[in-house]
Amino acid sequence: MKTIEQKGMYQKFPRSGKDTRVTHYCAGCGHGIVNKLVAECCAEMGLQDQTIFVDPVGCGVFTYYYWDAAHISAAHGRASAAATGVSRARPDAVTIAYQGDGDLGAIGFNNAFQAASRGEKFGCIFINNSLYGMTGGQMAPTTLEGEKTTTTPFGRDPALTGHPLHVCEVFNQLQAPVYIARVSVADTKRILQCKAAIKRLFEIQRDHKGYALLEILAPCPTNFRMDPLKAADFCKNEMETEFPLGTFRDVEKGVTPEAIGAQHQASAALEVKSVPHVASCAELFGVSDGVDAPPAEDDPSVPERRFKFAGYGGQGILSLGICVAEAARLEKRHTLWFPSYGPEQRGGSASCSVVVSGTPIGSPTVEHPDVLVCMNQPSYERFVGDVKKGGIVIVDASVPITKQPPEGVKLYQVPAIQMAEDFGVPKAANTMMLAALRAFKATGLDDAHLETALCASFKKKPQLVEKNRDLLHRAETALLNN
Amino acid sequence: MTKFVKSNEAVVMGALYAGCDLYFGYPITPASEIAHGAAKWFPMLGRTFVQAECETASVNMMFGAAGAGKLCMTATSGPGFSLMQEGISYLAGAELPAVIVDVNRAGPGLGNVYPEQSDYTPAVKGGGHGNYQTFTLAPASAQEMCDFTIKAFQMAAKWRTPAVVFADGLQGQMMEAVELPDAELPRPDFSEWAAQGEPATRRNLVKSIFLDAAAQEVFNEHLQRKYEDMAADAMAETYLAADAELIIVAFGIASRVARTTAETLRRKGLKVGVFRPITLNPFPRERLAAAAKGRKIMTIELDAGQFADDVRLNLAKAGLGAEAANVMMIHRMGGQVVTVDDAVKAAKMILGK
Repeated sequence: MKTIEQKGMYQKFPRSGKDTRVTHYCAGCGHGIVNKLVAECCAEMGLQDQTIFVDPVGCGVFTYYYWDAAHISAAHGRASAAATGVSRARPDAVTIAYQGDGDLGAIGFNNAFQAASRGEKFGCIFINNSLYGMTGGQMAPTTLEGEKTTTTPFGRDPALTGHPLHVCEVFNQLQAPVYIARVSVADTKRILQCKAAIKRLFEIQRDHKGYALLEILAPCPTNFRMDPLKAADFCKNEMETEFPLGTFRDVEKGVTPEAIGAQHQASAALEVKSVPHVASCAELFGVSDGVDAPPAEDDPSVPERRFKFAGYGGQGILSLGICVAEAARLEKRHTLWFPSYGPEQRGGSASCSVVVSGTPIGSPTVEHPDVLVCMNQPSYERFVGDVKKGGIVIVDASVPITKQPPEGVKLYQVPAIQMAEDFGVPKAANTMMLAALRAFKATGLDDAHLETALCASFKKKPQLVEKNRDLLHRAETALLNN
Repeated sequence: MTKFVKSNEAVVMGALYAGCDLYFGYPITPASEIAHGAAKWFPMLGRTFVQAECETASVNMMFGAAGAGKLCMTATSGPGFSLMQEGISYLAGAELPAVIVDVNRAGPGLGNVYPEQSDYTPAVKGGGHGNYQTFTLAPASAQEMCDFTIKAFQMAAKWRTPAVVFADGLQGQMMEAVELPDAELPRPDFSEWAAQGEPATRRNLVKSIFLDAAAQEVFNEHLQRKYEDMAADAMAETYLAADAELIIVAFGIASRVARTTAETLRRKGLKVGVFRPITLNPFPRERLAAAAKGRKIMTIELDAGQFADDVRLNLAKAGLGAEAANVMMIHRMGGQVVTVDDAVKAAKMILGK
């Protein structure tokens, strides 16, 4: 038997498991007609090589049996999310998502809507047959009022299930899309209009103009429980009354909704201006934010030292810890810094731990610090009892000593907050504490390294480097003279 | 180049060196620094960052990008990881390479943002529907967050599977020095199966559907053979284990607590060592059996015992039923970390000292 070549389709459908050219669609199904039109448009425009179809779950799931182009078969509702990934990964390709009304209108509505809002560069063909087809004729968001489905056995009652969802009209509120239209395949005239609209959708994707949505009203004779002619009539009369046909938007052709019109900026037409470019990872990460330090080296003669820094958020507790950690790195020590995090970082107490060691660091948590620096009363009371024998506690002089440190732990009361205020830089109380750490030889680290680390911490505010260096020296002198 | 960075940032650095071209993600504490780093660095290198509308979207965007033949990733924490499970099943079902980083927070439900290892089962056994597994690596340092992210991309590409980097809130937030690789890895070529929008890939089809039950079974058998073969890439390390009377088995951040615990006990003259699985799937069963045979065993973990159960299962499957029956556990939950003090006490108790 001689077969007529069907443009854009495989000539036989072996992926269906049968060596025939019969589709799985029921007689009179809108999908079958749309499948033919999509294949024709793709082929007639010479786009089969660069088109990637993202297939849905539902009756459209098997388009990969038919369309001769690359396919990715997505999860239920997620074709628009997957198409986002495809079009971002392959910006030169033509990406087409194909979705039904349960898929797009219900489970995947937000994914489709957000993709449209971002102006993703793909075309979405949306088949509205007013119900779930393959799953057994259940109500979809698009089911008409009074329409009987398997989950609205008495007809859709708006008092129970709301009203039909108008997808095009909702999407038409967005800025980014460049094309939104609703067509039908209920008769020959409409089929020709549908083909022109599909062609337009492909054109927009070929030219990478932006997001396009084409809703197609399609009869489902099986689940309407009608013969194909009556189903087409239902589609034409009942469905079109609820969902009027038309081109809601075609920006290039000057069709834009009034509210969007003048200010419309298709994101596809916008140029990215905000991002500075670098050529390679090496260039991107070649400049250090902190100190330039070599990798750590093992030196078992260097004992491990554990620090805890604590105070109120905003007192520079976390950066004081980083400063000590960076100084340790300059000495090629294994170094670890760990902050308190979560709700605490948004006010209230802040703390961080630092571990410095000549050998690789095990447990990152500091249960028994060798050195505890406290800038406020709650943290002093919380941590002072944990300090190791032979350890050091440095606490701001404003904190009342309600609790004595354990035996064998040395306590220094340092007026860090007061000194910083006296120097006219209240924010530098943490620099005062660094001066105390140096003055009391608390870190086991070289003074010069602590100073280098302090200066490096102001890399982004170079005007503060000398000021803090000066403050460090003045504070240290004051502490040593006391 | 050595950088002193948050572990979460080290993940992004690793991904960029590995040749990851696209990042899709939704913010969640304590994984958000990964999104922050990606948002800044991916576009600077001409790569793609998309802030998705939800984790369901993130994982399905990955499905699309991976299906189109590019390396891509996401990062999340517990609740987001739960949302992604369906999509990870689809990735496995379509045999797509992609990397998911789970910075485990405490659960169930909203829980809190502090560290747990309670996503063990979904991260290691495949948390979605169907007979699938992921390649799962458990880093324990900032360096490994970088290195294992790179490794995860390599394994994902090699085995055509989603790979999980399974971390926790503590190590996500901590800063350590990271030595960056000397060079970026070349991009793998997926044109044999990916839908790339090119003439050569026009007949390619990415799918997880096999309508025919027999074909679906054949595919399942193929997957199971692949997972068996993956065992060749199992990784583990031991510490002070050769003569140990007690082996502490722990992964991720807990393995560092184990390390200090072993050191502390060694100083007291007690023979304690550590076995640390680096890949949780494939689980390094033979190496565990070799290290644990005839020894006392204690796990340290930040969950209710999911890991200990897996250790028992692997010991039993390796023929060490007696050892499996005697696996002891010290654990904390809710965002609390097992202290060295407590672990030392538990170990001494097990040793009868």
